[in-house]
Amino acid sequence: MSDITKQSLSSLIKNIKEKKLSSVEITKAFIDRSEKSNELNAYITEDYSSALDKAKKFDQKPNLDLKLPGIPIAVKDLFCTKNIRTTAGSKILDNFIPTYESTITQNIWNEGAILLGKLNCDEFAMGSSNETSFYGNVQNPIDKNLVPGGSSGGSASALAGQLTPITIGTDTGGSIRQPASFTGTVGLKPTYGSCSRYGIVAFASSLDQAGPMAQNVKDCALLQEIISTYDPKDSTSINFKRNEYSKDLTNNIKGKRIGIPKEYRVEDMPKEIEELWQKGIQFVKDCGAEIVDISLPHTSYALPTYYIVAPAEASSNLARYDGVKYGFRAMGENLIDMYEKTRSEGFGAEVQRRIMIGTYVLSSGYYDAYYLKAQKVRKLIKNDFDEAYKKVDAILTPSTPSSAFKIGEKKDDPVSMYLNDIFTVPVNLAGLPGISIPAGHDDKGYPLGLQIIGKAFDEQNILNIAYAMEEKIDFKNKISDWWIK
Amino acid sequence: MSKNKPEYLINRNDNQYEVVIGLEVHAQVTSDSKLFSTASTKFGAEPNTQVSLVDAAFPGMLPVINEYCVKQAIKTGIGLKAKINKRSVFDRKNYFYADLPQGYQISQFKDPIVGEGKVILDMPEGQKEIGIERLHLEQDAGKSIHDLDPKNTFVDLNRSGVALMEIVSKPDLRSPDEVSTYIKKLRSIMRYLGTCDGNMQEGSLRADVNVSVRTKGSKDLGTRCEIKNVNSIKFMQMAIDFEANRQVDLIEEGKSIDQETRLYDTKKNETRSMRSKEDAHDYRYFPDPDLLPLEVSDQFIEKLKTEIPELPDDKKKRFIDDFNLSPYEATILVSDFETSKYFEEVITKMGKNKDIKLAVNWITGELFAILNSKNLEISQSPISAKNLAILINLIKNGTISGKIAKTIFELMMDGDKDPQKIVEEKGLKQQSDPKALEALIDKIINDNREKAIEYKQGKEKLFGFFVGQAMKVSGGKANPQLINEILKKKL
Repeated sequence: MSDITKQSLSSLIKNIKEKKLSSVEITKAFIDRSEKSNELNAYITEDYSSALDKAKKFDQKPNLDLKLPGIPIAVKDLFCTKNIRTTAGSKILDNFIPTYESTITQNIWNEGAILLGKLNCDEFAMGSSNETSFYGNVQNPIDKNLVPGGSSGGSASALAGQLTPITIGTDTGGSIRQPASFTGTVGLKPTYGSCSRYGIVAFASSLDQAGPMAQNVKDCALLQEIISTYDPKDSTSINFKRNEYSKDLTNNIKGKRIGIPKEYRVEDMPKEIEELWQKGIQFVKDCGAEIVDISLPHTSYALPTYYIVAPAEASSNLARYDGVKYGFRAMGENLIDMYEKTRSEGFGAEVQRRIMIGTYVLSSGYYDAYYLKAQKVRKLIKNDFDEAYKKVDAILTPSTPSSAFKIGEKKDDPVSMYLNDIFTVPVNLAGLPGISIPAGHDDKGYPLGLQIIGKAFDEQNILNIAYAMEEKIDFKNKISDWWIK
Repeated sequence: MSKNKPEYLINRNDNQYEVVIGLEVHAQVTSDSKLFSTASTKFGAEPNTQVSLVDAAFPGMLPVINEYCVKQAIKTGIGLKAKINKRSVFDRKNYFYADLPQGYQISQFKDPIVGEGKVILDMPEGQKEIGIERLHLEQDAGKSIHDLDPKNTFVDLNRSGVALMEIVSKPDLRSPDEVSTYIKKLRSIMRYLGTCDGNMQEGSLRADVNVSVRTKGSKDLGTRCEIKNVNSIKFMQMAIDFEANRQVDLIEEGKSIDQETRLYDTKKNETRSMRSKEDAHDYRYFPDPDLLPLEVSDQFIEKLKTEIPELPDDKKKRFIDDFNLSPYEATILVSDFETSKYFEEVITKMGKNKDIKLAVNWITGELFAILNSKNLEISQSPISAKNLAILINLIKNGTISGKIAKTIFELMMDGDKDPQKIVEEKGLKQQSDPKALEALIDKIINDNREKAIEYKQGKEKLFGFFVGQAMKVSGGKANPQLINEILKKKL
């Protein structure tokens, strides 16, 4: 059965449609492997028995016209799932069971998929290593005691470890692309407004975007096609013509102009990252694309801007977790005391840090100097991309400035942790789509990713470029199953 | 402009102080559903039965603007002759409270939907214009209930998320009377528009009152105090009066006034400090990233303009011009939309050859009196406009006397009876046949010979006696004018 979990999504769907595999067989295989993989700590909440029930039900009357017929999927625990506990990786939501379903997950179930369980993540998606989760560290299947990245660390680990054939994450500053890069998988952060935020526990509303994570570009395109819908329940959802991304996928990128931004050649960037980038440039050239040197002059301001805007929004978004209506409550002498105890005990250190930063930058007297200025810089960063896209169709950069690091290595150095998002954050600030694909290994054998950034709503184009590059790169993830005894 | 009412000034030790007042009125938007959710806004439901996941701020829930509420706010802006801002922004006002589920209120801070406008007040000394600073849309909070349990506070979220319009006046008001007139005028405009029912008892209309004082003639504004959440006009007036005098006393004692927020205690009739400027919340306003800026087109606004009914000021002018009413009468009749509607219906039903003056007197006199005594709105009037019109016509054409009309009016209240029928059934038709009346008067004079002689000798007071006798004998039905004429002739 173990070879079932090694199969790509496309292959599983093919086998189901040709009746070579049943939903129950596939679901059992992933549950079986998940159960053997507790050491990865990828799951927060498992829903295996009801997954099997659903698989049985599917097999009794299989609807093979669906896009994900009877396919089991585990999802990041930031998506609210009806009647299934949703924690956002936080103690404050440890007992929270939504009565509603996020639009994204609903879209997936509507296509015949089955929920396996809820995957670990950094608390309220605040982190780059999954170390801020109340439910503990997640192991990277690549190597023991290696972080899977974050905040969609559980998703990346479960995907690379073959506990789920595909998954979904959310990306506020790199939370899909960075863990994809760290685990040798494909992760897409769609254009802001492409995927509904309804029912996703909010971190920073103007930056949050859900997206697909998969073993390969084609699976990623299919999942994007399913989750991206216009949703009137999200006022920032945009009604644009969406492609059938998997059907329209092509490796023909001849004549496409690919921009190489000089500002992404940052100080102290490891040699192997620079080499990887050059290799990537060569691959797109080999595919017939044209390389254009470009400048994104405000890049160096992106990280400080992000660490004002995101905490500001978070400080307000997280005010609702006050012990009054749902979730964790610590008893207090009075209302204020109850608030203080609930939030001090319910939120972890990183979340508290960001709430404090956010509260500070929005305070009267500081608002203009921080928040307002950050919004202006954000506009300049967006303008940089707009200018660049007059000359190029897409931009190629490394996904991260390094490969995955050891658990605990950066835990006490938040700034060094924040620097991990240096290549991904500008994309969120500009609201653009970006995809990370595995492109090589460093000398320790850890995967490295390349990022392709597109124009707004041009997911098809970056998926095509990724598809073409994937063929050339021929990446093989090195998973030894070290955690399975 | 003649001034028949003294200014509202506070005198202390030869100093005269003027009071400067600005109002922040919170008016609940008339709408079936809330500002950002589809939950019902119906008043008086069981606690927490009209709460959506958005109103209770569940994780991942997002606000979606209710277009109807936007239209209502713009219509109100048009009614206030104000600038409509084609682009406005919703901001988050952040603070923690048990009945504020999101931990922030969605409001409009820098860019409100409506800008500067004005309201005209009809004061006894003439018209006065009060400037409107802005109108913005915001969510209401829930309700904390502290008196149901000795230890716990209960929270009812039915009101959470209900749409409010905050209407901020310029500091143009100068007396409790002006404040009263301003609130009533504002309420009248919104009721005409159907944008706020103005029901102060249900909390649909409440106000924060900013009060400061200064020596008469001074152009500088004094330090102001804000009296929070006063929900009746009477209390507003009392609170202003108390607060202005308190401030004057402080100045006279050589003390300074602290800018602060105060609460009005209706039982003790005093204002008390709630929090000082130093303790003021830092609301950390910032644009709500869940909502895009609200943009409305010229066509959208123009379309709404076509839906605006005739408003009190225009109606008043028309009543004066078309019906020859006095400004005072017109003001009374237009102050409430339903009253103006009733009046116009009476006028229409009276047909040709109508006595409008008589209609005004009957509506503002008899009708208002019974509505007041029965505590009814004019829309609940036991007497329909149609039947009142018939009654007035009966007086006008001499079928009944004014006195009989009052009797009929009483009878009409029971099931809105047709006055014509009452006249017929009860035989109340006025006796206007001169011959019959002459015979009747001859008999009275005959029966009271001595009194007739006394009258002729100069005891003129006795004329009233004969009129009274004539009315008594005729059962009140004799036409009083004819009685007068005949009596004069005969005596």
